[in-house]
Amino acid sequence: MKKIYGFIVFCFLHQTTIYTQPTFPENGVADPRQGFYAFTHATVVKDISTTIQDATLIIKDGRIVTVGAGLPVPPGAVEVDCKGKYIYPSFIDIYADYGITQPQRALPTGSGFGQQMQIESNVKGPFGWNQALKPEVDAFKLFSVNDGAAKPLREAGFGTVLTHVRDGIARGTGVVVTLANEKENLVVVKERASAHYSFNKGTSTQAYPTSKMGYIALLRQTYLDAAWYKNKPYKEGFNATLQAWLDIQNLPQIFEANDKWDNLRADRIGDEFGVQYIIKGGQNEYQRIREMKATGATFILPLNFPQAMDVEDPADARFVSLEDMKHWELAPTNPAAFEKAGIPFCLTTSDLRNISSFWTNLRKAMEYGLSETKALEALTKTPAQVLGIYDKVGSLESGKLANFLITDGPLFHEKTNILFNYVQGIKYNVKSDANISGVYQLTVNTPAGQEKFTLEVKSANSATLYAKDTLNCRFSFDGKQIKLSYAPMARRQRPSGMPGVDTLRRPGGAFPGLPAAASSQNLPPNATRLSGISYGSEWSGTGTDSLGNTLTWTAVYAKAIESRPDSARKKDPPVLGKVTYPFLPFGWTEDNKPKQETILIKNATIWTCEKEGVLNNADLLLKNGKIAAIGKNLNDPTARVIDGTGKHVTPGIIDEHSHIAAASINEGAQSVTCEVRIGDNINPDDINIYRQLSGGVTSSHILHGSANVIGGQTQLLKFRWGGNDEELKFKEWPGQIKFALGENVKRANLSSAGQNNRYPDSRMGVEQVLVDAFTRAKDYKKEWDQYNTEREKRIKSKKSTADLIPPRRDLELEALADILERKKFITCHSYVQSEINMLMKVAEQMGFKVNTFTHILEGYKVADKMKAHGAYASTFSDWWAYKMEVEDAIPYNAAIMHKVGLVVAINSDDAEMARRLNQEAAKTMKYGGLSAEEALNMVTINPAKMLHVDDRVGSLKVGKDADVVVWSDNPLSIYAKALYTIVDGTVYFDREKDEQLQKEVEAERARLVKKMIGEKRSGAPVTPAVPSYQYMHTCHDHGHSHGLLVIDNDEIYNP
Amino acid sequence: MKKILFVTAFGFISVFAQSQANILPAPPNKGLICIKNATIHIGNGKVIEGGDIIIENDKIKDVGKNLSVPAGAEIINANGQHVYPGLILPVSNMGLVEISSVRATTDVREIGDMNPNVRSIIAYNTDSKIINTVRSNGILLANVVPQGSFLAGSSSVVQLDAWNWEDAVVKADGGMHLYMPSLLPRPSGFGRFGNMPGGPNAQAQQSDPVKEGLEKIENLKSFFREAKAYFANPSRNETNLKFESVKNLFNKKQKLYVHANTVKQMLVALDLKKEFGFDLVIVGGSESWQIADLLRQNQVAVILQQPHSLPTTTDDDVDQPYKTAAMLQKAGVLFAISDDDSQTRGKNLPFNAGTAATYGLTREEALSAITLNAAKILGIDDRTGSIEAGKDANIIISTGDILDMSTSQVVHAFIGGRKINLDDKHKQLSERYEQKYQLKPKKGF
Repeated sequence: MKKIYGFIVFCFLHQTTIYTQPTFPENGVADPRQGFYAFTHATVVKDISTTIQDATLIIKDGRIVTVGAGLPVPPGAVEVDCKGKYIYPSFIDIYADYGITQPQRALPTGSGFGQQMQIESNVKGPFGWNQALKPEVDAFKLFSVNDGAAKPLREAGFGTVLTHVRDGIARGTGVVVTLANEKENLVVVKERASAHYSFNKGTSTQAYPTSKMGYIALLRQTYLDAAWYKNKPYKEGFNATLQAWLDIQNLPQIFEANDKWDNLRADRIGDEFGVQYIIKGGQNEYQRIREMKATGATFILPLNFPQAMDVEDPADARFVSLEDMKHWELAPTNPAAFEKAGIPFCLTTSDLRNISSFWTNLRKAMEYGLSETKALEALTKTPAQVLGIYDKVGSLESGKLANFLITDGPLFHEKTNILFNYVQGIKYNVKSDANISGVYQLTVNTPAGQEKFTLEVKSANSATLYAKDTLNCRFSFDGKQIKLSYAPMARRQRPSGMPGVDTLRRPGGAFPGLPAAASSQNLPPNATRLSGISYGSEWSGTGTDSLGNTLTWTAVYAKAIESRPDSARKKDPPVLGKVTYPFLPFGWTEDNKPKQETILIKNATIWTCEKEGVLNNADLLLKNGKIAAIGKNLNDPTARVIDGTGKHVTPGIIDEHSHIAAASINEGAQSVTCEVRIGDNINPDDINIYRQLSGGVTSSHILHGSANVIGGQTQLLKFRWGGNDEELKFKEWPGQIKFALGENVKRANLSSAGQNNRYPDSRMGVEQVLVDAFTRAKDYKKEWDQYNTEREKRIKSKKSTADLIPPRRDLELEALADILERKKFITCHSYVQSEINMLMKVAEQMGFKVNTFTHILEGYKVADKMKAHGAYASTFSDWWAYKMEVEDAIPYNAAIMHKVGLVVAINSDDAEMARRLNQEAAKTMKYGGLSAEEALNMVTINPAKMLHVDDRVGSLKVGKDADVVVWSDNPLSIYAKALYTIVDGTVYFDREKDEQLQKEVEAERARLVKKMIGEKRSGAPVTPAVPSYQYMHTCHDHGHSHGLLVIDNDEIYNP
Repeated sequence: MKKILFVTAFGFISVFAQSQANILPAPPNKGLICIKNATIHIGNGKVIEGGDIIIENDKIKDVGKNLSVPAGAEIINANGQHVYPGLILPVSNMGLVEISSVRATTDVREIGDMNPNVRSIIAYNTDSKIINTVRSNGILLANVVPQGSFLAGSSSVVQLDAWNWEDAVVKADGGMHLYMPSLLPRPSGFGRFGNMPGGPNAQAQQSDPVKEGLEKIENLKSFFREAKAYFANPSRNETNLKFESVKNLFNKKQKLYVHANTVKQMLVALDLKKEFGFDLVIVGGSESWQIADLLRQNQVAVILQQPHSLPTTTDDDVDQPYKTAAMLQKAGVLFAISDDDSQTRGKNLPFNAGTAATYGLTREEALSAITLNAAKILGIDDRTGSIEAGKDANIIISTGDILDMSTSQVVHAFIGGRKINLDDKHKQLSERYEQKYQLKPKKGF
C-alpha cells in the first residue's frame, strides 16, 4: 500500500532544477535542496558481482551517500520504499552523439578521375594542411543539453554518455555528460575524456585522401609529423592541428572503424605508434573473432542487426547473396562472440536507427548467447573504466553519482520494466503505468445504492471489470487521471429491442480474433462513464450512469494480479549456420580447414619452367610446403597420392598485375602518393581469390591504380584462401611501387577540356613530376644521411646528441628514397614509346632502374632500349584500341619483346581474365610463334623474376614453395582445366570438392531463404530484397564488364 | 603445300609495299578453286576428314571426299589443315566504334529512348582498322549493332571485306535492338546507382527502377499497338517514320533482339513475342540457363554475349558462364556465342566458343555456335554459316584447331569466293619491328 503511495505521489513532486550553482545569481527566492533520499528494501545490484538484498541506497546532492543492507534512514532523508524493486547502476553509452549538432555530410569529392579537385584545405587559421584532421575540436565547447534527445536514452536505461563531434579522420575530444536535464555546467562529468578518429573524411571537401589506404597513410604521417613538431621546428611555424594532436594523446584513443577489417587496419596504425585504440566496431566481427582478440583492444559494439529481407519471390532471392543471408542470421551473435572469446567490450546505442530498438536488440543478442552479467558489464563498468570515470559512474558506491535505475524485476528479464531512471539524484519517470496494475475493489454510489465491482487492471489501457459477470469495459490511466466506462456484456441472444448490442459478442469481451480493445470500441452510448483521480492505492471520482444520473465512486487497491511467470520458458538457442573463412560461399569452416599435406603427384607431364623443361611420366613430391622431389618412381608412404596419368603439372600461375582483394586501389588526389600502401587495405573477402584459384593462380600482385604518376606501394599475395589480410601476404618480398604515365595521369579522358586542375596535364608535365619527386627524395636522403653521420660521430666521440634534432620523416619521400637505394622496385603503367623512353631516361638520370614496365603495349617499339636499361615487361596478350594511347598496341608485342631478349610476362589487370592466364599466355604461340614452354614461362617464372621472388616460386624446383597446379590437359590448351591448385602444399582448390561445395552453397541458400520467409510469416518486419552488389576496383584504365551485380568502385564517386 | 608457302611468304614480302590503307578488298572470284585433303568442319556438327571443297565464283559448288578437280581450278592443298565456315560475330560495334574513349570516333548511340528508325549500316566504316584484325582470326561476317538506352535501332549483317558499306551488306536492317531496362533494385547510396546519403538528390532519386522499367515496356507495347493499327489503316494521312521503321518486325522480315540478362527481363521480353508475334532473340542471356526450357518452348533464340565473364553472383558455380552454352544446348535452345570484349573487339570469338567446348559442348557444337547457329539467328543461314553446296563460299583455313589459341592460325579466308588479304595493322607493325630487330619469325605470323 505504502509502496504505491510513495511512487505515485513522488513522481509529481519535483520537476524543476534542484541544484543551483553558487556563481550564478538567483532571480527570486533561493530554494536550496539536497535531494536527500533513502531507497529502502530494494534488491541493489551494486556492480556486476555484488547484489545486496533488502538494501538501502542513500543519496544526497546528486551523489550516493552509502549503500548497504538494512541501513537506517538518516534524519532529513525522504524514505522511498522499494520493496520488490531492483536498483541497478544506470548505463553508460560510450558512443553517443547526444547534445552535439553533427556537421552535415558533404558529397564525396576528389576522386582521381571525376571532377575538379580541391587540392588544399579551405579552413582558415593556423591549422594543418588537411581539412579532415580536426584534433583541435573539443566536444565540450559545442555541447548543449537536449532533453528531447536525452529522454529516449534515459528510457533505455542510460544515465551517462560520451559524446563527440563525428566529423573527420581526427575528430578531437569527447565529453562525458550525464543525461540530466540541468545546466551544462552541472552535467559535464569529464570535459576531455577521449580522443576520436575514423576512416571517414566527413565534411572535408579536400580531395586527399580518397582511399582507405590514403586515410591510413594520412594518419601515419600525422603521428610522425606530430612527433617531429614537438621540437617546434622553425619552418613549420605554429601548427594548431599538430599541437592539438599532441595535447590529446594521453586521453583514451577511440577509433571508429565499424568493420572487422577496418578494425584491424586501425589497430595496426596504433601498434606502429604505440597507441592502443579502443575500437568502435560494427556488426561483423564475429566473422574474424580470433583476429579481433589479437588486437588487444577493448571494443565498442553497436546492436543494429540487419533485418530479414523479403525473399519470397525467387527472382528476387536469386540476387541476395549467401553472405548477406548468413550475416543476417549470425549478426546477433556478435556480442556473444566477444564474450566467448574473452574480449572486453562496451555496448552502444550508436548506429541504431531508433534508440527504442535498443532493448529488443539487446535481448536478441542475449537470446544468441550474450550473458546478463556481460551485458551489464558492457553497459556500466567497462565503459566507465575505459574512460577513467569508474570513480564517478558505473556502479553504486558511496561518492559516485546517483545514477541508477529502479526496475520492477531483474533487469534483463523479458517482463521487467525500468520504472525510474535517476540521473545525478534527479528522478526521471520511465514507465509510469507500471505500478497501476493490480486488483481493485470498485464501489459506485448510484442513486439505487452501492454497486460493487472488481477491477483487474493489467496496464494503463487494459483492464477487466466484473461483478457477477464480466462487463464490457474501457479503461485508461494517464499517470494521474482514471477513465472507466462499462456496460453489461451481451453474452447471448437477448430479447429483441436491445439496440446497439452485438449478439455475436462472446465472453471475454472480444470478437474472435480481435483484441479486447477493439471490442470495447463498441460500448453502447448509454454505458456508465466514470472519471477520477488516482492517489496511489486509492482512487475516487464522479460519473454518469446509463440513465444520466450523476454518481460518485471510489476504488481501493486490493492485491496484485497473479503474476504469470516470466517467460522463463527458456527459448531454445537458435539454430545457426557456421562461420566460414572467408565469410563467403566456398569458404571453409573451422573444422575442415585446408591443411598443408604431403602430396605425391604420380606419372604426370611436369612442366618445370626450368632448364629441365617438360618431363614426361614424372612424379612430384610436395612436403612441408615445399617441393621435396621431382623425378621418376618417387615414393613417400605418408603422402596423399594424386594420379597424374594424362594430366599436366605446372608451377602456380603468377599474375603480375591485378586489382582484386583490396578495399581501395587508387589514391588519386595527388600526383605523387607513394606513401599509400595496398598492403594496408587487403580485403580477404573477395570471391575472386577463389575464382582465380580455379584458374590455377597462386600468387597475384595487387597494384595501385593508374590515377597518378607515382601511385602507391603494391602488395604481392599468395592465395591462401580463407586466410586473413596478413596471412594472404607473400612473406618477405621487396616491395614495389606503382607508377603510371600517359592519358590516365594527365586525366585526359575527363568529359571536358580544362577540367583537370591537378598537375600534370601533358606528358611533358609527367616527366617533370618524376624529376621533381626524385630530386626531393635525393635531398631528403641527403638530409637524413647528414643527420645520421653527425649523430654517429657524436656518439663515437661521446658528445651529447640532445640538441641534434632529427629531420622530419616523410613517408612519401622515404618510399622514393627506397627506390633510389634499390630496396623497392617500380612497376610502371605505360603505353607509348615516347613515355617508356622518357621514364628510362629519368631513371638513368636519377640513378635507379625501372624494374617493370606494365601494360607496355608499345614496348615492341623500344624493346632494344628496354633491354639495354634492364627493364622487365609485363603486358596484355591482345588488348588494344580502347583508348588513344593503345592505338598501336599489337598482340605480337610479347613475342617481339621476348625475342629481343626481355623477360616478358602476361598479366590480367582483370578479375575475369586472371582465371584464364594460361590461355592468355598461349596467345603468344599464336601471335609470334613462341613455344609452349616459352609461353608458359610468361605466367610463371617470368613474373616471379619481376617480383624478385623467383628464388621461391615460378618454377618446379626442389626447395621452392609447393605452389603447384594439376591440369586436366596441356596447360596452354583452351581445353585445360585446373584440377588442383596448391599453395604452400595446401590444396586450396580441388575441382571435385568444388562440386560438393557448390551443392552445399545451394543447400545453405535454401535453408536461409526458408528461414527468412519464416521470419516474414511470423510477422517480423522485413526489408525488400536488395541485390547483393559487389564493388570491384579496377585501375580505371579500360572498360571492364563484370556482370549485373558488379559496380565499379569509380562509379561511386562519379554520379 | 608449296603453294601455301608461297602465299605465306608473299604476304610478308608484300608488306613492304603495303600499309593499312592499301590492304585492298579482294576482287570477285571468277572461276574455280579447289581446297584439297582438309579436315572440313561443316558447321552443322559434321566433320569430313580428308575432304575437298570446290568453289565456283562466289558459291560453294561441292563438298565431299575425293572430288575430282575440275580443269582450270586453282588448287589449295590443305592437307593436315582445318577448314571452317567463316565465323560470324553476331553482335558487334565494328565500324561504329574505333577508339571507345575518343568520342569523335564513336557512332554507336543516338539521343533518346525511341530510335527504331536509326540504322547502323549507314555509319559502318569499312576502313576501320579494327576490321582486318578481326578477320585475321577467321571472323568474316559481323552483325553491326547500335547501342542505346531503350529501342536503339536496326542492325545489319556485313561481310568484312568491302570498299564501302553498300558493298558490305549481307542483310540490311535484319534486327531491331531493344535494350531492356535493368529491372533490378539498386543499392541505395551510391553514385548513379542510387542516391548519395545526405546529398542533394537523396530525395529526388528515390525511384523504383523495376516499376520505371515496366512502365517503359508498357509504353513500348502501346507504341507497337499503335504501329499495328497504323499499318492496318491504308488511308492514313500522316507518315510516322518510327512506325514505318518497325514494319518488318510485324511481317517477320526483321527480328527483335532484346538485350537482357536477368530472368525477369527475359520474361518481359517474351511478353512482346506473345502479344505481337515477333521473332525474338535474347542478347546477353547470362541468366538464360535458368529458363532454358521456357526459351525452347517459346522458340526464343539466345546470343550469349560474353562467355568469358565472371559468374553473376558470388554464390554461382565458379564456371557458370563457361557452362551456360552447354546448358542451352542440352535444353534444345537455339543459341549463338558472341564476343563483347571491348579491349579485343571481338577477335576472341573462337576462343569463347572453345571455352564453351571445354565446359560441356562438343567442339562441333561450339563451332556451330559461331557459324551455322549464328547464321540461323541472323536469318542468313540460307546463304552462309556452313560449308554446303550452294552457299556463299565463306570459308577459312587454319593450320590447327580454330577454337584453341595455341593452335589457331588462319592462313586463308574466302568471302563469297574472294580470297581476301589477311594482312592487318598488327601484322604490319609486327613486321616493321621484326625488321628493325632483324628477327626471323619462327612460324606463321
